[in-house]
Amino acid sequence: MKFQGKVWKFGDNIDTDLIIPARYLNISDGSELAKSCFIDIRPDFAEGVSYGDILVAGRNFGCGSSREHAPLAIKKAGISIVIAKSFARIFYRNAFNIGLPIIESEGAVEGLSEGEEAAVDLANGNIESIDNGTIFSTHPIPGFMRELISAGGLVNYIRSSKINI
Amino acid sequence: MPMTITEKILAFHAGVDQVSPGDLIEVKVDMALANDITAPLAIKTFREIGTEKVFDNEKIALVADHFVPNKDIPSAEQVKLMRKFANEHEIKNYFEGGESGIEHVILPEKGLVLPGQIVVGADSHTCTYGALGAFSTGVGSTDLGAVMATGEIWLKVPPTIKIEYEGNLLPGVRGKDLILYTIGLLGVEGALYSALQFSGKVIEGLPMSGRFTMANMAIEAGGKSGIIEPDEVTLAYVAERSASELLILRGDPDARYEKTVKITADEIKPQVAFPHSPANVHPVSEVGDIPLDQVFIGSCTNGWLEDLRDAANILQGKKIARGLRLIVIPGSPWIYKRAIQEGIIETFLDAGAVIGPPCCGPCLGGHLGVLAGGERAISTTNRNFIGRMGHPKSEVYLSNPLVAAASAITGKITASDEI
Ligand code: SF4
Repeated sequence: MKFQGKVWKFGDNIDTDLIIPARYLNISDGSELAKSCFIDIRPDFAEGVSYGDILVAGRNFGCGSSREHAPLAIKKAGISIVIAKSFARIFYRNAFNIGLPIIESEGAVEGLSEGEEAAVDLANGNIESIDNGTIFSTHPIPGFMRELISAGGLVNYIRSSKINI
Repeated sequence: MPMTITEKILAFHAGVDQVSPGDLIEVKVDMALANDITAPLAIKTFREIGTEKVFDNEKIALVADHFVPNKDIPSAEQVKLMRKFANEHEIKNYFEGGESGIEHVILPEKGLVLPGQIVVGADSHTCTYGALGAFSTGVGSTDLGAVMATGEIWLKVPPTIKIEYEGNLLPGVRGKDLILYTIGLLGVEGALYSALQFSGKVIEGLPMSGRFTMANMAIEAGGKSGIIEPDEVTLAYVAERSASELLILRGDPDARYEKTVKITADEIKPQVAFPHSPANVHPVSEVGDIPLDQVFIGSCTNGWLEDLRDAANILQGKKIARGLRLIVIPGSPWIYKRAIQEGIIETFLDAGAVIGPPCCGPCLGGHLGVLAGGERAISTTNRNFIGRMGHPKSEVYLSNPLVAAASAITGKITASDEI
């Protein structure tokens, strides 16, 4: 699985209220939610993001509420993968469950800048800055999570797996 | 190998003798919870999985509490979808209207979560039930939808961070202050992926309400769960609400903790968390002059009966500051009724408060008391992120109910002993 796109950079502790404020939670449609993604801190995001772009953030990304509307809004806005120094755990689960790939890398977050072109190869865990060729290698995603992604999220995983319904 | 209480609960539900931090396990769930915001997505997942029936119609709770009474057409549609699903699957624990309150208040109150259980909820404050000695954690809607179908969930066994509170509580200090102080110490990601266990003499002396407040905010330090080993206080609370057989587990004396932090309670003054982080705490005596537009007393953190009693004691015979709005919301219909019987609601009304129906209210900034740009509030809730209670340019300070009530009288952040 490879992704390439423009980098959108965010800081530490980006919480789910910043990703999608509660006042928009009276709906659950992903594409509708995407229109308000990051509206309070980056009002230009929803309009400016292109399909395949990469979101790069600091520590504890996605902290706060369990709202799955947050990874859903990011995914539907067009983001292909999120790279952060660390993720809040419910966000981490949610992202894999809905099929939004995420990866942890201190180095890549430090090294990548806003607006540059970057590429991620999930198979070997390499993150590359296309502009200057720097490669950041990361820990591979745990096997179980890879299975989830290749199944296309938790729903398909359960449909095709050993879990008895 | 010796185990912590969290490891024992997880091992029991995974059907194995032993688990260690880092193990990926599949566990059986005793209660699965969703609310009017998260249930619609979970129901969608459930339908996509294609199961005919839910795994157990007595082990699912669906609670309409966030945008109720329905605030607009889209939220009415969400509740309608949830109600239809509950009817279709004969979900026993469906709560709406006069039967409903805040999910994390009514579930313990109705004896629906018990010590030793595993509870997963599509709400991050599901960690509240750790106060009963259960393993409880927040998940997303997809996870919850899958649990409704299978009754099982995969979990990674968390390491446990143990916080020991010794010494004595100063007057006016509550569970809220202990947890705010602790979050200030650990930071908002200090317990990331970990179980946060509260113990020590001070915890033994806390009523259940204070324990719920503490477990409730474990997530604010990044914790996967918060937990308190069950004792007589827990058992007395549960005995009044459930006749079920209990699984009482405690950690082994030589269990392994990732780290142990000792805190002397005598050093903790009432705390105030400044915008925009619950870890940004200061003792109330050092806050300076901070004028307020709104005070909110309620939520799954501090909407318990003891919290309302605390606030009423301060507000008794007093009036709130002119131009300030005080909103009080009891956590459940039972608490509301008791508060009426005890004269607490009358005290609030005489002081000039607005009383809301049991629900989340202004806590998440979508309904019943939203802040305008530039407005400032003190709130007994758990989060003060940017825009949490309304306009992105509004500010939220967090405190215990005593400080919130005192601040309503003076119109600025005030210690309760100054009243
Ligand atoms: S009271 Fe606030 S924190 Fe608690 S469940 Fe409701 S919105 Fe969430």
